[in-house]
Parts: sequence; C-alpha cells; structure tokens
Amino acid sequence: MIALSDYLLFGAVLFMISMAGIFLNRKNVIVLLMSIELLLLAVNTNLVAFSHYLNDVTGQIFVFFILTVAAAEAAIGLAIIVLVFRNRKSINVDDLGSLKG
Amino acid sequence: MSFEQFIFYLLAAIASLSGLLMITVKNPVKAALWLVLAFISTAGLWIMAQAEFLGLVLILVYVGAVMVLFLFVVMMLDINMAILKEGFTRYLPIGALAAIAIFALMYLVLGPNHFGLDKVAAPVSQAADYSNTKAIAIPLYTEHVYAFILAAVLLLVGIVAAIALTLRRRPNGTVLYQDIDKQNRTLAKDRFVMVKMDAVVEKPPVITEGEEKK
Repeated sequence: MIALSDYLLFGAVLFMISMAGIFLNRKNVIVLLMSIELLLLAVNTNLVAFSHYLNDVTGQIFVFFILTVAAAEAAIGLAIIVLVFRNRKSINVDDLGSLKG
Repeated sequence: MSFEQFIFYLLAAIASLSGLLMITVKNPVKAALWLVLAFISTAGLWIMAQAEFLGLVLILVYVGAVMVLFLFVVMMLDINMAILKEGFTRYLPIGALAAIAIFALMYLVLGPNHFGLDKVAAPVSQAADYSNTKAIAIPLYTEHVYAFILAAVLLLVGIVAAIALTLRRRPNGTVLYQDIDKQNRTLAKDRFVMVKMDAVVEKPPVITEGEEKK
C-alpha cells in the first residue's frame, strides 16, 4: 500500500527541485515562471494526497481554485514578459534595473 | 512491492527526473517540454489518489493551454541563451545546498515517522460507480459557490489584462484601419460619379506621301 508520507515526500522532492531551479536560473524569467508552476504543482499534490487520505473532498476543491489562479497568473506573467522583451529586447533579469532598487 | 507501488514509484521517478532536466537544460523549449512530462506523470499520480477529475483537468488545462502558451512565448522571443545561462555553475553549490536543506527539514516533518501507514491508515477504495466529478461538483456549486464566481471573475480579469498589456497600438497613418461606421454610411452616389465628357471619335490615320519618305 502507498502511505500518505510517500505522496508528501514526492511533493517535497518536486518543491526542492523547483526551488533549486529558482536559484540556478535566476537570469531567465521564463524558466523562473516554469519553476513557479512546478512549485504550485508540488503544493497541489500535497492537497490531493491529504484529501484522499482524510476522505474530505474540500482539499480537491482548493486545488481546483489554485489551478484557476495559477492559469491566470501564467497568462498575465507571460504577457508582461512579452511587453518587457518588446521594450528592452532582452529578458535577462539583470537588465531590468531601471528602478534602481 | 505491489503493482500499485511499482506504478507510483515509476511515475514519481519520471516526474522528478523531468523536473531536474527542466531546470538544467539550456534550451527553454526543451525545458517547457520536460515540464509537460512532469505534469503528465503527476496527473497520473493524482488519478492514483482517486482525484480523477483534477488529474484530467491538469492535463487539459496545464498541458493543453498553459504550456502551449509558454511554448508560444518562448518561440516568439529571440533569446540569447549564452548570457542567460551565465552563473549557472556559480549558483549550483548554494542552490543544491538550499534544496537539500529544505528537503531534509521536510523529511523530518512529513516522513514516515509522522505520516506513515501506521499513523494514517490507507483509505478504503471507492466503489466502482463512485463519481469523483460529482463529489467535487456538489460542494463546489453549493458551499463554495461565491468562490466559484470569484474564480470566474478572476479569469475574466486575466483575459482583459493579458490582452490589454500585449495590444500594440500603432499611430494612424502607418497602418490602414477599417472604419465600419463609415463603410455603412456610404451611399451609392459617394462611390459612383457620373462625369460628362465629349465623345472621342477616332480618326483613321491619313498617310501622306511626304511623311512616308522620311
């Protein structure tokens, strides 16, 4: 039988990989966005597993709403990337320092 | 190891490996395709956890829509890969260290000591005629109906924002636009003008002896 900890550890592995991806690809905004998608997937896996093992469907409804928000976020994020590229001809994070923050 | 466990570990290994490849490959198109593989195998895991509706939604919405959008944007932009991959090896030690530290902490909390089979018993499988879609739909449309409507509004805001951000307005004169009002208001006399003019009669050419000799 598959234990709840197996699902949770799988979620932890995905979380770890996507966090390493954010560390390693800190220049490429597109891969950063993809890492965030993987991060959300790891969290959703935890919710699905708890919903299955505690026999409560609310967790799956939560995943449904997270998927909605993530889809909207990806669409707006990619629109912003297209806009940045059109104005700057680059998506390197280091070039985006005109606010001098 | 039972067949169920074998499938679980196979899907988990595929998802983790494709996640690793996604963050290490140079080409963002390949990264997007590896992410698609990670999504598909995770959808398989969700279906194993009897969340069939969400597993299918993950494939339809993520693989079918969001990742296609990613690929579309990656192919549209002309990106210089060499600059974007600079510093990859420089951040590798600290990235790996942070990732392993996070995983170790998570293992202490989420590992078999706290969530093993002896702590949380495996749930009874649902009957064959059990509908996961129906089980999600009933609370979604009753208890959580306001959140559902808000999610719909959020998607509308997402559409409007994405279109408004990427819409490119070009000044008049550089591009010809269609003015439908003007087209509908046009009458026949605006388009067709009768012009009076004298008839032109073609005369036969007169050939004289002198001209021919020239």
